[in-house]
Amino acid sequence: MATTPAAPKTNRLGLSVIDYRGGKTTLCAGCGHNAISERIIDALYEMGVQPERVAKLSGIGCSSKTPAYFLSRAHSFNSVHGRMPSVATGAILANRGMMALGVSGDGDTASIGIGQFVHLMRRNLPLIYIIEDNGVYGLTKGQFSATADLGSKLKTGVVNELPPIDTCELAISLGATFVGRSFSGDKRQLHAMLKAAIAHNGTVLLDVISPCVTFNDHEGSTKSYKYMLDHEEPLQEINFIPAFENISVEYDPGTTIEVEMHDGSKLRLRKLEEDYDPTNRIRAITRLNEAKEKGEMLTGVLYVNTKAPNFLDMLNITEEPLATLPASAVRPGPEVLQQVMEELS
Amino acid sequence: MATTDVGLHASAGRPAVAPVVNNMSIQVATVNGSGSQSSNTVLLRTIFQMGVPVSGKNLFPSNIAGLPTWYTIRANKDGYVARKKEIDLLIAMNPETARDDVMSLTPGAAVLYDEPLKLSSMRDDLIFYSVPYDKIVAPVCPEAKLRKLVKNMIYVGVVAKLLDLDMAEVDKALRKQFAKKVKAANLNLAAVQAGYDYASSSLTKADPFRIERLDKNHGKIIIDGNAASALGCVYAGCTVLSWYPITPSSSLAENMIEYLKRFRIGPDGKATFAVIQAEDELAAIGMVIGASWAGARAMTTTSGPGISLMSEFAGLAYYAEIPAVVWDIQRVGPSTGLPTRTSQGDILSTALLSHGDTKHIMLFPASPHDCFEMAMDAFNLAEKFQTPVFVMSDLDLGMNNWMSDPFPYPDKPIDRGKVLSKEDLDKLGGFSRYKDVDGDAIGYRTLPGTQHPAAAYFTRGSGHNAQGNYSERPQDYENNMERLRRKFENVRSVAPAPVVEKMPSAEIGIIAFGTTHWALTECRDQLRDEHKLATDYLRIRAFPFSHDVADFVRSHKRVYVVEQNRDAQMFSLLRIDLDNELVAKLRSVARLDGLPIDARSITDEIAAMEEK
Repeated sequence: MATTPAAPKTNRLGLSVIDYRGGKTTLCAGCGHNAISERIIDALYEMGVQPERVAKLSGIGCSSKTPAYFLSRAHSFNSVHGRMPSVATGAILANRGMMALGVSGDGDTASIGIGQFVHLMRRNLPLIYIIEDNGVYGLTKGQFSATADLGSKLKTGVVNELPPIDTCELAISLGATFVGRSFSGDKRQLHAMLKAAIAHNGTVLLDVISPCVTFNDHEGSTKSYKYMLDHEEPLQEINFIPAFENISVEYDPGTTIEVEMHDGSKLRLRKLEEDYDPTNRIRAITRLNEAKEKGEMLTGVLYVNTKAPNFLDMLNITEEPLATLPASAVRPGPEVLQQVMEELS
Repeated sequence: MATTDVGLHASAGRPAVAPVVNNMSIQVATVNGSGSQSSNTVLLRTIFQMGVPVSGKNLFPSNIAGLPTWYTIRANKDGYVARKKEIDLLIAMNPETARDDVMSLTPGAAVLYDEPLKLSSMRDDLIFYSVPYDKIVAPVCPEAKLRKLVKNMIYVGVVAKLLDLDMAEVDKALRKQFAKKVKAANLNLAAVQAGYDYASSSLTKADPFRIERLDKNHGKIIIDGNAASALGCVYAGCTVLSWYPITPSSSLAENMIEYLKRFRIGPDGKATFAVIQAEDELAAIGMVIGASWAGARAMTTTSGPGISLMSEFAGLAYYAEIPAVVWDIQRVGPSTGLPTRTSQGDILSTALLSHGDTKHIMLFPASPHDCFEMAMDAFNLAEKFQTPVFVMSDLDLGMNNWMSDPFPYPDKPIDRGKVLSKEDLDKLGGFSRYKDVDGDAIGYRTLPGTQHPAAAYFTRGSGHNAQGNYSERPQDYENNMERLRRKFENVRSVAPAPVVEKMPSAEIGIIAFGTTHWALTECRDQLRDEHKLATDYLRIRAFPFSHDVADFVRSHKRVYVVEQNRDAQMFSLLRIDLDNELVAKLRSVARLDGLPIDARSITDEIAAMEEK
């Protein structure tokens, strides 16, 4: 007897997860970055984001190759080393209807790109910025990056003696409005955090520890799978309830913080650390510094602020994408030119 | 009683030489931050309003207050507006430079000096006028702290009297300068009058220089190149401006912000533009490229140091075929020294900016009118050819005031180039980003956000095939680079064409570009009148060069390439571009001292080379 194959599962747009996939990865087997690409695919699919509405942007490095491995139906721009923030900024200004997804690495962000990174964080542009953070330069074969922890050891035995740059702390202090740290091996947490990031209206900075299996996954590394499994200290258990699901579930305000996102979605954070309040900027920075002292690897939503105005609103840009405004909207008439000429005569 | 110091060539009350009418250079030597700019503009505008062709050039230091500044106004009945080396009337306000300024004058020049400077004994072949500024300004300006500024208006009055300027025109110019600030206008006008009265009662005209009303400026405007460029960009439909402050380009962005705020707010009260002050030039060009990639008409404005920083991105945009408009308001060299002095020194480095086989379209405006029109050309070319376009202005053009005919309303439509819409994709089913479909070497692009499953493509640097897929295959690279070469060749026939001016039976040609044009117009008359040398002249307006350039060289015995840099950069670019037998005809006249080039220097050099 013939059986009808079950229709593939689809999201609210009627798209299946295949519509969110990309090309075959060319990264090393076991690379944390591949897991992150998978989480991005799942999150975009579940959130029902129209693939064509996404602009993927990246700099240079292993991380920056990954936009080729997810969401082939979205435009993508593999730019130059450390300069993804400026390209992303331009793209968002040109078309505010896009969802911008920037993928960078720790070298691309914290070394060559630190200048553009800090200024991007100041502007609170609507953008998701993911750092696939492994503490080393992979494509150039294993040099330390600026996020490598003090005392972390390279395969060659070289020990890092310079203090790391904490991209999350920088982002919080400079003005990013959704800042989280996660681990490529923490499927559930990263998945929920990405969904909340998609719902956020402002700059999201996610620093995702993503072990480099080839150059930084050994004994003595602080960005290895083993180190993360031993030292990860999640601040919360994260649940995300999209606005379109319209689910109302009771929660206990004593143990859970609920953050209402811009689009009406709910971010529920069940506290694993009792007095941590991710809406308190100063406290977030302090807690990150405490973690550094104690050698903890804090993960979770470090800071969230859904009320701050984003850069597009500050610029008062028209709703229609600047890119496609008709000539009649962007070329003033002859009477205006006449007036200017008279002023100059 | 005030005294008039009269030099060798004049006796009291009577000019010793024939009057020199509507042909002079006035130089105001002052310190920056002293507020002389308004006074100088009033003088310039007064002469302009009297129908005499005029130009004003500000030679200023990289400093906010206290260093020497010179402002030169040249009035010339024949319309020569380039810098003239010789100064006819020096207004010596700066004690620091007064002695040098006086020593550099040619015999017969006049000097207006602040009484305590006691300059009259320095030379006996000049005409000196002493003005006790502090004494004159005190009664008209009771507020002591304003006196430093208002003092400058005294010399406007003195000069008005000496040169016979029409005081009604001075009044009009001054009211225009102060616009709605009526109180300030009245105060300054009183100072002008006090200066005028002082000159009437206490100075005796001893120099031959006079301004007489002409009718050569009818319908003209006065504007600086940066304002003209800004206005052009607004009319070109620019929607994204990202910039980083750098002299001498900042005023382009600042003017543009003003115009955008005035003229580009939509009916919904929202801006049809985005302006962002970037953190540096790397980011400024990155934003332009991101915005252009996403479909906006985006631009940045900078100068040489910024161009250097934009190098990597310029190469990416060339290879990935992304439009960008970059204004380069050229100045001298890197870092400190002469950043506030003009130059044509970025020609060669910009032509080939970045690594790999990159070359870029450049446009060369010579006037505010060019600035306005080339703004539109730049955006149209950038989007048509999907590549960066550099508009090579300079400090002299950008920051100085020029007379111009009013700008006509643009007749060229906004050409967004080959962009496929959703509807196009519905019909076609798909597309190949870098495929030469039409035989013009230009591929079709789609904009991010186009709602079609086949709209997306992946943008990356040097390694891609016609479909836009990643490729390191030698043949793919070669094919792509060959197409890019053909694409660049096709620019020759559509970029702004050169302008040729001829003289009867000229065998000698001259090539120049940008602001060198103004000195050259005068230089050609000097060569003809003083050396019996007829010349034809071709003004380059774009790179890659039109075939007309080769034809021009071919049809002349020798061709002088005149430019404002040391290393003959345009000459070098022509040598790369032209056939060997044409290169042999080229001669270089390249010079730069940081001041706008003058006709005399070119004339003397060409004449000397011709006499050999």
